[in-house]
Amino acid sequence: MNKKTLFISVSLLIIVAFIAAVVIFQTKETSKNKNVSIDNLNIVERENAPTKGSEDARVTIVEFFDPACETCQVFYPLVNDLIKKYPGKVRVMMRYAPFHQGSDQVVKLLEAAHKQGQFWPALDILFANQQSWTRHHVARPKSAIALLKGLPLDHEKFIHDASSNTIIQSIIQDVEDGKTLKVRATPQFFVNGKPLTNFGYAQLTQLVEQAIAEAY
Amino acid sequence: MNQISTSDTIPKEWVALFFVWILATISTIASLFFSEIVKLPVCVLCWYQRIAMYPLVLILPLALFPFDAKISRYAGVLVIFGWLTALFHVLLVAGYIPKNAQPCVQNIPCSETHLNVFGFLNMPMMSLLTFSIMGLLLLFVKKSDPS
Repeated sequence: MNKKTLFISVSLLIIVAFIAAVVIFQTKETSKNKNVSIDNLNIVERENAPTKGSEDARVTIVEFFDPACETCQVFYPLVNDLIKKYPGKVRVMMRYAPFHQGSDQVVKLLEAAHKQGQFWPALDILFANQQSWTRHHVARPKSAIALLKGLPLDHEKFIHDASSNTIIQSIIQDVEDGKTLKVRATPQFFVNGKPLTNFGYAQLTQLVEQAIAEAY
Repeated sequence: MNQISTSDTIPKEWVALFFVWILATISTIASLFFSEIVKLPVCVLCWYQRIAMYPLVLILPLALFPFDAKISRYAGVLVIFGWLTALFHVLLVAGYIPKNAQPCVQNIPCSETHLNVFGFLNMPMMSLLTFSIMGLLLLFVKKSDPS
């Protein structure tokens, strides 16, 4: 065998091995995903987590998010559109995945605002002004608190709640469930327990439409 | 094969260099498989090792056809860089280097490993081994360089 034949055949062998590995892995994954989604339902959703949309909706989008995450901010109006597009059929549940430095403090504020029914207005403010309370991907909780001053909150209780045990427990549970569900980047979506494996708005819409078709 | 060539046997230096290329290509494809298909997170140190590894896949064939022993000089510098980074990474995972010395993104710690073969072979260890073998093979190729 001459050198060139050797080189070409080894190259081909490596390429074929790679393609085979990809195909084998992906068939395994898809069969795994089908079973996993049902078992996962109890850890994908958390009782008392902030939700938007009709309580009777049969399709729940769960979003693991970080308020400091730019992609989450970009997706926020798109997710809202999905709720509007299918009124009564779709609701969204937000769960915390504070990956950015300093975000762990900011999600405590959101959860404290949630306790007074002000989660969504607070999130609106934080996303709308994301640039002013994050610097180089580092969240600055003090700036975030200043922004939330305008909300109709009992501020003393709000600040006190933000460091209370119950709120920290909720966040720890979100972080733990995120780890179990292998949430490594934000936003990560689950629609009725099924993870969005191929990231993108069109793919999310498709997953939601599929869930609606199954549920209604 | 009925090729008309000066010698039927392929020189050992060529085989050594070819083997370095095979190692580089398999490492490249395997690392891409784990990050792009399996979606394992890639930490900063892994990226530095990739920077050293990936160019070899394209550069080495140029020195295989026709054979050019001088490649050991150009590929060698990449292998040394990759080897040092891998060594740092292995020591970090083993705990010999304090965690705060690592140049890492918060959510992808380099001190965490995802794959373990035979209990001791994690990714940085495999990388260190691969770069070591490549270095030795390149030394062998360099010996054949008359200049």
